[in-house]
Amino acid sequence: MTNFNRFEAFELDVLKEVGNIGAGNAATALSTLLNKPVDMSVPSVRLMPFEEIAERVGGSEQVVVAVFLRVEGDVPSNMFFIIQEEYAQHLMEQLIPLQHVNDGVYSEMELSVLCEIGNILAGSYLSSLADFTKLQMMPSVPIVAHDMAGAILSYGIMHYGQMGDSALLIETKFIEDCKTIEGQFFLIPDPDSFQKIFQSLGVGSS
Amino acid sequence: MISDKLIKVGMADLNIASNGEVLKTTGLGSCVGLTLYDPRKHLAGMAHVMLPSSSIARENPVNIAKYADTAIPRLIELLLKNGASMNTLRAKMAGGSQMFTLPGQNDTLRIGPRNVESCLLLLEEYKIPLLAQDTGGNFGRTIEINSDNGILSVRSVQFGTKEL
Repeated sequence: MTNFNRFEAFELDVLKEVGNIGAGNAATALSTLLNKPVDMSVPSVRLMPFEEIAERVGGSEQVVVAVFLRVEGDVPSNMFFIIQEEYAQHLMEQLIPLQHVNDGVYSEMELSVLCEIGNILAGSYLSSLADFTKLQMMPSVPIVAHDMAGAILSYGIMHYGQMGDSALLIETKFIEDCKTIEGQFFLIPDPDSFQKIFQSLGVGSS
Repeated sequence: MISDKLIKVGMADLNIASNGEVLKTTGLGSCVGLTLYDPRKHLAGMAHVMLPSSSIARENPVNIAKYADTAIPRLIELLLKNGASMNTLRAKMAGGSQMFTLPGQNDTLRIGPRNVESCLLLLEEYKIPLLAQDTGGNFGRTIEINSDNGILSVRSVQFGTKEL
């Protein structure tokens, strides 16, 4: 890929489908976990200026709960599952009988629960994607963070820093039960990974 | 804070302020917020540095505000052009944290600490004294510098606000 700032429309469509498959499976997993229907939005895929990426989750100062996984293998990528604090609460309440004290601080147990939820969802996202593309994807152990969105997301787009001022990400939104829980998935393939994805799906120029 | 006096510095961006204006940058993770202040002219400058060195840049044209080794000289130049003098400039900085640590991680991902090191080297080169820093850790920061007094306030989720 010589010119990174230009993606063909059909290439973006392919990446959108990648997001669809992954997030569709993750939504099913979440729905099973909660025993409730979960809706997902059509994935949005585009080159986004750095500033705008954090805006997608409420601004760079917005405090969110994020589960981060580094994906190694054929298509090195960064993956985030991001939920707003209030949704994190709902999610926990539905899954574990813990009484949360709303003081803006999470106990180790609570963070561990959120981390595992993120892990399950990311795992189902990636495994369906790996099945479909026949590419190897190995997620790292999940790491959970409760911090400002800008600080968290900037970690995932570092590889793009040297190439320009925007990053390509595949974003999907979950909505459960009339918006009581809303979560976002960001799959951010490393700049060099796109060609592999395209090739494995038969649209790459070799 | 009066909003019309607030100047936002984005990611990989730099700016200067005077007359009581406040420079602010939000959500610093591994990025470093470097500020320079001239107490005599009440002139403040801030750069939101994302990467340590422009030698790795593969972009064209290069965004000067993104790399420590190009952003700091540009910021100094801007301040001098607006009346600051080299020997009164004082630096403060915050950020450069390591948001996530993966087992077996290689050096290229230690961007935060490397950003800090690079900024320190540059300051040394220009002989600008560093008055205070709040760097490292594994958490995000939002910073503001007031051009009236050069006070840098650093806010984080865990530790609240502190002034440098």
